[in-house]
Amino acid sequence: MSDLQNLYQELVLDHSRTPHGYGLREEIRAQSHQLNPTCGDEVTVQVHRAADGTVEAIAWEGHGCAISQASASMLADLAEGLTVDDLEGRIASFREAMRSRGKIQPDEEMLGDAAALGGVSKYVARVKCAMLAWVAAEDALAKSTV
Amino acid sequence: MSTIEADLSAPLTDAEVQRIREDFPILRTEVNGHPLAYLDSGATSQRPLAVLDAERAFATGMNSAVHRGAHTLAAEATELFEDARASVARFVGADDDEIVWTSNATEAVNLVAYSLSNASLGRGGAASESLRLGPGDEIVTTEMEHHANLIPWQELAARTGATLKVIPLDDHGALRLDAAAELITARTRLVAFTHVSNVLGVINPVADLVGLARRAGALVLLDACQSAPHLPLDVKALDVDFAVLSGHKMLGPTGIGALYGRRALLEIMPPFLTGGSMITTVTTTTAEYLPPPQRFEAGTQRVSQAIALAAAVDYLTAVGMPRIAAHEAAFGARLVDGLSAIDGVRVLGAGIDLPRVGLASFDVDGIHSHDLGQYLDDLGIALRVGHHCAQPLHRRLGITSSTRASTYLYTTDAEVDAVIAGVAGAIDFFRRGA
Repeated sequence: MSDLQNLYQELVLDHSRTPHGYGLREEIRAQSHQLNPTCGDEVTVQVHRAADGTVEAIAWEGHGCAISQASASMLADLAEGLTVDDLEGRIASFREAMRSRGKIQPDEEMLGDAAALGGVSKYVARVKCAMLAWVAAEDALAKSTV
Repeated sequence: MSTIEADLSAPLTDAEVQRIREDFPILRTEVNGHPLAYLDSGATSQRPLAVLDAERAFATGMNSAVHRGAHTLAAEATELFEDARASVARFVGADDDEIVWTSNATEAVNLVAYSLSNASLGRGGAASESLRLGPGDEIVTTEMEHHANLIPWQELAARTGATLKVIPLDDHGALRLDAAAELITARTRLVAFTHVSNVLGVINPVADLVGLARRAGALVLLDACQSAPHLPLDVKALDVDFAVLSGHKMLGPTGIGALYGRRALLEIMPPFLTGGSMITTVTTTTAEYLPPPQRFEAGTQRVSQAIALAAAVDYLTAVGMPRIAAHEAAFGARLVDGLSAIDGVRVLGAGIDLPRVGLASFDVDGIHSHDLGQYLDDLGIALRVGHHCAQPLHRRLGITSSTRASTYLYTTDAEVDAVIAGVAGAIDFFRRGA
């Protein structure tokens, strides 16, 4: 598999074409809007919590490249049912893999489908695309605890 | 006996393009296992050896400060620096003292905006009175501008109380001259617009807009960043008051740009940046300023960049601007036709009935420009993706970003065809499994 095929795996293209968790809700608990000024890509992420404090769902809307759209969709899949601490840990793990310049393969057990974004870390200019929704989720969580 | 006269406006031959390419070492680079196909000259052009050599020759043999010092090197450097100004002036049809060096075209636009702003505050005294702006005055620009020819006017309007008006685009992306005729009125003080759109590649009808501005008694600033590198340019024939140039888009180095300003205007404009090199007499509380262009060149100047830019315009002149324009016009048509023929590709401004340069931006249905650019980069094809510093234009056309291929004198037919084939390949790649 070439680097390009590794970057755009079928799973990534599938998520970008039929994204999960797409569509914002009216009741807003914790929300963050993130913009990549170099390309104009943007995403708004809401973190909805269940009564026990776990993440009930991530809802999002945005537009951007296949990487940014797939990444948001994969995050929505991953987050459901996690505790906030667990989700924050996984976001940190994803960030570490993305910033590793290809040295750290994302752990599929920990990151689910998002492990398929491992190829992004070799393309420094695209790391921000992959991180956009995850940064938004992190920011939304931080706001919700204030 | 017959004489062969060279056709001064004929496109470059393949053999000539190959010879030109030998002057640009970077074009021999490999990217991702493919020979580089550089189609991003609209963002920044590559530099020929003559430009690099000029900068090196200056740095190794003459480097010193200009307009000060009594030593030989300083005198030589000053002479070369002023010769460079004369070269750039000749290249755009200006007089030598009508060219002001700036760091880039953005600074050149800001120089005009801040000078008018300073005049509005009363700086420049009675001489600058005709330049003052205030409530009731209007500045007119267009919806297709690069942010550099938009935001400085937003800020100038905000500082002075003047109103900014924007000439809208039609559904194809062309300037609406009917609307321009209504927007440009006796209240209009300045009309700022681009000669060639950095997104659409179309050559705007300068004469029509200048005519409207003249009838209204307004000044005209022309953004020539995408025209000066690619078309013969004569600021006097175009009858504009100001024009801004970007060195790195016309084979020169980064860090150098120029403002053309009509002498009578430069003479009454108060300075923008102030400090050393632009004064005659200074006390602890007052300063008197040099005449233009030095009045607008505060601080240590970009000497080696100016000299290198002069080498760049000499290089362009030697090839011949009409020939370069003809070479690139063919690419513009080839890009528009070739890309438009691909199902799902929309070339921005394709429906505009105006001449165009060798530049085309396009949107591919269902494929984001960053993904497209990534695919093409894998083939060694370098082009620009994103909003190209023209968000209002993209918004008007209903998109947030596009992909742009831009050519220059060193571009080949094969490179243009590689872009067209690459876009078709990208569509297959990203739609697989869908």
